[in-house]
Amino acid sequence: MTNGDKFLFAAYVVTWAVHIGYLLYLTGRARRLRSEIRDLERK
Amino acid sequence: MKKTFPIFAIATLGLLSYALYQALVVAPTEVTMGNVQRIFYYHLPSAWVAFAMFFVNFLASIWYLAKRTAGSDALALASAEVGVVFCTIVLLTGPIWARPVWGIWWTWDARLTSTLVLWLIYVAYLMLRRFASGGQTPVLAAALAIFGFVDVPIVYLSIRFFRTQHPQPVIGGGPGSGLDPRMWTAVLWNLAAFAAYGSLLVWTRYHMAMVERQVEEAHAQRALESDEGADQ
Repeated sequence: MTNGDKFLFAAYVVTWAVHIGYLLYLTGRARRLRSEIRDLERK
Repeated sequence: MKKTFPIFAIATLGLLSYALYQALVVAPTEVTMGNVQRIFYYHLPSAWVAFAMFFVNFLASIWYLAKRTAGSDALALASAEVGVVFCTIVLLTGPIWARPVWGIWWTWDARLTSTLVLWLIYVAYLMLRRFASGGQTPVLAAALAIFGFVDVPIVYLSIRFFRTQHPQPVIGGGPGSGLDPRMWTAVLWNLAAFAAYGSLLVWTRYHMAMVERQVEEAHAQRALESDEGADQ
């Protein structure tokens, strides 16, 4: 692996890390929303 | 929506995989930079998708100020959030590409600085929406978004108006600019893939924002009913 390849690999990994991080944020938010809806229905 | 979403999601996943194959295998290796130039296939489409998202945010904000609809407010929020995600990728992949090619991670030239300012404007927009309380928050946010969008053409035109470390435009950049046709194919596949993925994220976030609004209204209604019950 050349030096350039390492930077290329790092850029692609960083890109997908940001996207996966945002997907996890959305999943957590959706989970909280679902539990809030369940609470509202119970009351 | 329940039927269309999984089909669109699977198609987007396929598109992203094929775009990655185009970027890493099909596109030719650039002569002077070597493989590190392949960062371009993620860097440029991410920038274009971020610009498109901020444009959607701009239109939705104008629509919100004119009509005050819940849908336009939710769309403005969703597009700004997804735009910030893509703009973050531009600001991270740029320096990773710059280090081996320019020998530096960052320089305060017009393109890089205006892009950082763009990111800060939309982060400020999201913070305003997240932390400000009161009924006027969406109106203030819409006004900020309309003024904030002014930075998008500045970012785009900065490499034409100023002498920058950042390369000159590859589209309409004058004599000597342009790309190998196989590189163009890889750019367009990645652009299509990230545009589809960005749209999917906006779609998801938009529906979530609409449901959150309904939940907030239900909470307010409950609070009102319990107050009335206590008074009687």
